[in-house]
Amino acid sequence: MTAPLISLQGITKTFGEGLAAFQALRGIDLDIQPGDFVAIMGPSGSGKSTMMNILGCLDVPTSGTYLFKGHHVEQLTRDERALLRRRYLGFVFQGYNLLARTSALENVELPLLYRGEAKKVRQQAALAALRKVGLEDRAHHTPAELSGGQQQRVAIARAIVTEPEVLLADEPTGNLDTERSREIMQLLERFNRDAGITILMVTHEADMAAFARTTVKFRDGMIESMQIHKRLVDA
Amino acid sequence: MIAMLIITLGLAMREIRRHLMRSFLTVLGIIIGVGSVVTMVTLGNGTTAAVQQQISSLGANILQIRPGQGFGRGGGGAQPQPFDADDVAAIRQQVAGVVRVAPQVQSSGLAVRNAANWSTSIYGTTNDYLKAQSWSIDVGRVFTPQEEQAGKTVCLIGSTILRNLFRAESPVGQRIRIRDLSCEVIGTLKSRGSSFGPGDQDDVIIMPVKAVQRRITGNQKVSMILVSVDPAYNSDAVQASIKSLLRERRRLGPGKADDFNIFDTRQISETLQNTTKTLTALLGAVAAVSLLVGGIGIMNIMLVSITERTREIGIRLAIGALGREVLLQFLVEAVVLASLGGVLGLAIALGASALLSPMLQIPFLFNPTINAVAFLFSAGIGILFGYFPARRAARLNPIDALRHE
Repeated sequence: MTAPLISLQGITKTFGEGLAAFQALRGIDLDIQPGDFVAIMGPSGSGKSTMMNILGCLDVPTSGTYLFKGHHVEQLTRDERALLRRRYLGFVFQGYNLLARTSALENVELPLLYRGEAKKVRQQAALAALRKVGLEDRAHHTPAELSGGQQQRVAIARAIVTEPEVLLADEPTGNLDTERSREIMQLLERFNRDAGITILMVTHEADMAAFARTTVKFRDGMIESMQIHKRLVDA
Repeated sequence: MIAMLIITLGLAMREIRRHLMRSFLTVLGIIIGVGSVVTMVTLGNGTTAAVQQQISSLGANILQIRPGQGFGRGGGGAQPQPFDADDVAAIRQQVAGVVRVAPQVQSSGLAVRNAANWSTSIYGTTNDYLKAQSWSIDVGRVFTPQEEQAGKTVCLIGSTILRNLFRAESPVGQRIRIRDLSCEVIGTLKSRGSSFGPGDQDDVIIMPVKAVQRRITGNQKVSMILVSVDPAYNSDAVQASIKSLLRERRRLGPGKADDFNIFDTRQISETLQNTTKTLTALLGAVAAVSLLVGGIGIMNIMLVSITERTREIGIRLAIGALGREVLLQFLVEAVVLASLGGVLGLAIALGASALLSPMLQIPFLFNPTINAVAFLFSAGIGILFGYFPARRAARLNPIDALRHE
């Protein structure tokens, strides 16, 4: 087995202090292999969103170690974590989070902007990413002119345009009907299978979790169970 | 970093275009501020220039020496002893640093020609006086040495006299009657326009000093001596030597007060210039306060805009924007906004001062320095008042920002 891409040991996260303190995560140990597709499930308040924020290097744990590609994320500064996100991570959110009154193309270009790519390179890469999600002909539409499913596909294009190692999806189908949800999941499955992008997805729908290779269930800030549906084939 | 700045500039321009009305209202304070500061200072400079021009028309660096103590003239004592031609000659010969020394005998009277008449001032003086006072001849000629020597009844007339006695006729060679004296007009003086202070400088008839003394005032008195000072000499030192010479000639012992006074036109010029400068600075300062208020307006709107765009900031931070890149984005936006306001303000100031200058009868002087300073100042205000909101945006927690509704 290859070295894990992500390795969590004894991760805890406490919000607030003293009597008002709330422990969202109570000791998480988890290894994630490169190329995996992990569905994180659990009832609300189980700590899955907190886990996602820590995995996405948006937040740091109160204690424990988080190794990402050999980096001790818990020791990094805010800017170092931002650079890590910029280089290796892509994000898809439940509410799409596209920039309003900005074309799909420009939305997809955004991560490349912060990588300092030239305009031409940005546009070509963004168009290619839109093609991959089947929205090349909608490149100049603004989010308001796109359906929910289309907006989420633009968001996915934005997440994969940098060819990230990990794509983090926080309830990506939460706002969509079953039909659109399946389309989105098939898209994610394809990026995992064909491009080898590791996907970490929070969901509370079992149907959607079924697309993943691994399901991790959270309850009360701890891992309740872990199921592997499809084995990763070692190269 | 440069590429980032260019990209940020593009983002800022797009954001401003997207909210054109709001952007305009945001910078209205800056527009008014820059507009009023630059207009005030430009008009102030124009006024200073107009004052300087009028002072130089009086003759630069001229000493006026009059009998009597100061402007009060006498102060109850005996009538001070007047000057005479010898005093003029003594100053000319014995004081170093004087270029021209001219006597002035002042009188007044009615000038008559045919049916027209005009009450005016009559000055008896020399060609030196014309030069010292920078009078120039419009038509005709100045006095010849013989005319000055002999005190011939010839005269130069100001444009007001010309207008009132001659209308469209050519005056040179014609005769006019002043009191009971017939006098040949040999030339006209170029108009000086209206000057500040009471009186019309063009309402004057100038004759050789001896002619006025003999035929009009009937004595040898000289009411004022005019001295123009060589610019290479210190005017104060020249004044001191004139003073000691005159004290000697007038036999004033030590401890006795001067019974004459020397008035330096440079002093008026300095006083007036200082006054207009102070006024300009004062008006500029009042206008600068509105610039400050404009800056606070920018800060307000930027804070509102950042609250409105919290999610956008969250997205940017999540996909890997550094805090300083978000800071730069909002700072650039504020600076671009403020600079655009500055440019609009300058345009308004340009229009306003070009329009107002002729109405105030002052020259329109475009001052690159104040324009540049005002522009840089408005950009600076963008930095100053944009920094706080921008820093707030940069310090947002991406998780909270993404969750913001």
